[in-house]
Amino acid sequence: MKSLIIPSHAGLSRRALFRYSFLTTAAMLLGQRTGFSLPAEPVKLTAKAQAVIQIWLWGGPCHIDTFDPKPDAGHDFCGPLNEAISTNVDGIQIGRLLPNLAKQADKFSLIRSMTHENNAHETASYMVQTGHTEGERLVYPSMGAVVSLLKGYDAGYKGLLPPYIVLTEPQGRFSEAGFLGPKYKPFATGGDPAKTPFAVEGIVAEGISPEHQNLRRELLGKLDTLGRQFQNDPQFAEYRKCGDAAYDMILGEGAEVFDLSKESEELRNSYGRNTFGQSCLAARRLVERGAKYVTINYKGWDTHKQHFQTMNRKLPELDQGLATLLQDLADHGLLDSTIVWCGGEFGRTPRVQWEAPWNGGRSHYGKVFSTLIAGGGFRGGHVVGSSDARGESVVDRPVYPWDLTASMYELLGIDPDGTFPRTDDESVRLTPKIAGNVKSGGRLKEIM
Amino acid sequence: MRAIIFLLMGIAACPAAMSPAVVPFEKEPQKRLTPALSAALDNLVATKQKAAGIPRARPCSDEVFLRRVFLDTIGTLPTREEAVEFLKDKNPTKREALIDRLLERPEFADYWGMKWGDVLRVKSEFPVNLWPNAAQAYDAWIRASLRQNMPYSEFARKLLTADGSNFRNPPVNFLRSAGSREPAALAAAAALTFMGERVANWTPEKRADLAVFFSRVGFKKTGEWKEEIVYFTPPPADGTAPSSARLPDGTLVKIPPESDPREIFAQWLVYSSNSPFAKNAANRIWFWIFGRGIIHEPDDSRPGNPPSNPELLAWLGRQLQSAKYDTKQFLRIILNSDTYQLSPIPPDGKPRSGADLASYPVRRLEGEVLIDAINRITGTKEDYMSMIPEPFTFLPDDMRAIDVPDGSITSSFLELFGRPPRDTGLLAERPVNVTASQRLSLLNSKHILNKINNSRKLKDLVQSAPGQAEAIPLLYLTFLSRYPTSDELAAISAYQPPAASGKRQKLSDVAWALVNSPEFLYRH
Repeated sequence: MKSLIIPSHAGLSRRALFRYSFLTTAAMLLGQRTGFSLPAEPVKLTAKAQAVIQIWLWGGPCHIDTFDPKPDAGHDFCGPLNEAISTNVDGIQIGRLLPNLAKQADKFSLIRSMTHENNAHETASYMVQTGHTEGERLVYPSMGAVVSLLKGYDAGYKGLLPPYIVLTEPQGRFSEAGFLGPKYKPFATGGDPAKTPFAVEGIVAEGISPEHQNLRRELLGKLDTLGRQFQNDPQFAEYRKCGDAAYDMILGEGAEVFDLSKESEELRNSYGRNTFGQSCLAARRLVERGAKYVTINYKGWDTHKQHFQTMNRKLPELDQGLATLLQDLADHGLLDSTIVWCGGEFGRTPRVQWEAPWNGGRSHYGKVFSTLIAGGGFRGGHVVGSSDARGESVVDRPVYPWDLTASMYELLGIDPDGTFPRTDDESVRLTPKIAGNVKSGGRLKEIM
Repeated sequence: MRAIIFLLMGIAACPAAMSPAVVPFEKEPQKRLTPALSAALDNLVATKQKAAGIPRARPCSDEVFLRRVFLDTIGTLPTREEAVEFLKDKNPTKREALIDRLLERPEFADYWGMKWGDVLRVKSEFPVNLWPNAAQAYDAWIRASLRQNMPYSEFARKLLTADGSNFRNPPVNFLRSAGSREPAALAAAAALTFMGERVANWTPEKRADLAVFFSRVGFKKTGEWKEEIVYFTPPPADGTAPSSARLPDGTLVKIPPESDPREIFAQWLVYSSNSPFAKNAANRIWFWIFGRGIIHEPDDSRPGNPPSNPELLAWLGRQLQSAKYDTKQFLRIILNSDTYQLSPIPPDGKPRSGADLASYPVRRLEGEVLIDAINRITGTKEDYMSMIPEPFTFLPDDMRAIDVPDGSITSSFLELFGRPPRDTGLLAERPVNVTASQRLSLLNSKHILNKINNSRKLKDLVQSAPGQAEAIPLLYLTFLSRYPTSDELAAISAYQPPAASGKRQKLSDVAWALVNSPEFLYRH
């Protein structure tokens, strides 16, 4: 299996070396944080993708205003957003508030036939984030936690930051570690990347300058009366070594990766000087340094009221940040090894609710919705499946949440039909068995 | 040497005013009236050390003893008041008296209940599916048994032979926690827990033999949600069930059809002279006190892994038997020994494994003990959570981590500091190494920094002193259970935080440094 963490062959590229050194200098042996490291399932697949960036549009973005426009459906469906624009791929059109993404359409594909039929935020989020149905016996981990287990810790990941990182706030229990336990929870950065400094929890302590950090570190050394009695003791040497590694995070590489001022003003501006845009930039920097799964938790898509006003405000932000991310990943040679997917837990009712109290809002819609997917072995410039003329139901090639996660697992070199390594129970699978009520449209072979 | 004596006198006579110039961890060997059994223990250790040419550390100071014995018996730091009280006490038997008092404290059952919870896999979900209210009933039963000081022999028998509902007769949960309901899995759990042996090292025949004793255990559901009954299923009348079985020592015993073979095994386990029961129990307690078993790991007893001091282990097993499996009585022998009361500092400056008992083995505090200590000192609380919906779970706001009743209830801090997953019952599930992420959390996380910087309790403590200089000994007593040395006072006096930071910053920085010092982080 190919691994960027512990390169097994000589002749590393400069970039691979950079990742490698970040992970090793920043980290001592994490040790076995929950005691037992259980053997990973043997992975037989070749991994095309090494990392995932998930842009989570929490609340449920409207599919017909974004990736599945229906300009001919009329005012009751489109409201003021009644135009679609052409992209740099013949035959693919997207919503008119996404002009920058239109120039990147060769890099991504659109799934216009996502479906799970559930209109409740939490259940729908659970299904999309975990790739499992609601009715199973256990609470399953989100995909980020699974990747953190199988591509992270069990694959020898030793970084100080967990391999699963959320910018900036955690998404709540339906997107976390499930039965895997808190070790596999994402590291939520906190802070705001659009501000200087980006106060990342544990790394950048607000109110303590680097100078003050150094003074405190010196004081700690002077007050270590017990440690001075154990100059040659391996346990105390380990304590000091771990302290050095921790300070590398606080004053060195950890602070560095989150220091977005290291990027050019031009690039920062093209991402958009807002929390979302700068989160996209931080995501690229993290993936570049070996993070395995980065989620940008982008809130504010639950637009029951003031839907179109919100779209006018948010879509240009999404457009700018995501389009720049795709271009920037490609420029850094990272797009081929990084899956980027963008979507929410469901779509929104195609028919606009003009009546009070909504006054132009859209409600939850799990029957059909869209997801954008790019990189890491997914081909760009394609559309998977379709919805009907008003975006109300799937016309062909339904894609269920587990079809999507299974496809991503496959490209990550993880067997989607495998069982979790902590159990021998064959029913505890990475993706559910397709039978009975669990329907499937199959993996996204057409774009893999 | 004179300096050390001066230090001891100084502390006893006049606390805050005089600060010792030297390291406050050990003292000169003195004549001491060691209780007879403890002295016998010391002889067994010394004989072995002499033969192997192993040097021995000096006795530990009162400060070190106080902190150590609190942590080892009740998993709780002494308060500042308790520290002052003990340090000024001139009674020559004050250590013995303190041991007696601590063993009777309610936190003894809390702390040892946590240890037993790891071994007995008290966890509601995955892969040990006890379910929340059964896990909590099980936990409550374990702690109540410890509180009553139930003899260990009785404790073990109940766990092995109990019948009934997982909610109403909690020890039945021992067999439910084995991971599988197969007789072989139940037998494996019994061998691991009460014999300290891993059946993977046994011959298939021996494994099959022990499984026979667990072949009549039945499990059935009831109408109540998640209730399960553990019961004896009589053998089928067709005579296919084995009528005899071989005990782990090779003895063939008859199994009458009307009796539960678990009883026969339990009887042998507790009473046979061939049973490793007492030695295993003694060794596990030794491990809990010294961080290393005489057989190590204590749950990996096998011919290829002999005890480092067989005479000592045999003697300890006999002591536990003659104390009628009274764990506290047994602990008194260990805690009053000179061996337990050694300085942590290796006598010849060479690092040692702990197996040779040249000095007290230093090791990191458990995550639970550490966060409880930080919370109590700062007067702050912790949020615990469970991965699963727990309708029967009520966690009081001020719950301590050592009291958490279920391995599925946890916090990020506990996970970071290596809370055992309680999947296997193996003692090695609890790591005691330090990691860079742990240090990062203590050095710089908002979680810990807020506790220190915003602590009302620390603010009040500092303000109770007439000035900053007088506040330092109060902080030292609170965090490290001792007075500062003159070197430490000088370092603090010379320390200047950046001018821009507030007035309280200096003391805040000192408190932060103490929390991050190995002396706080490691039992020593």
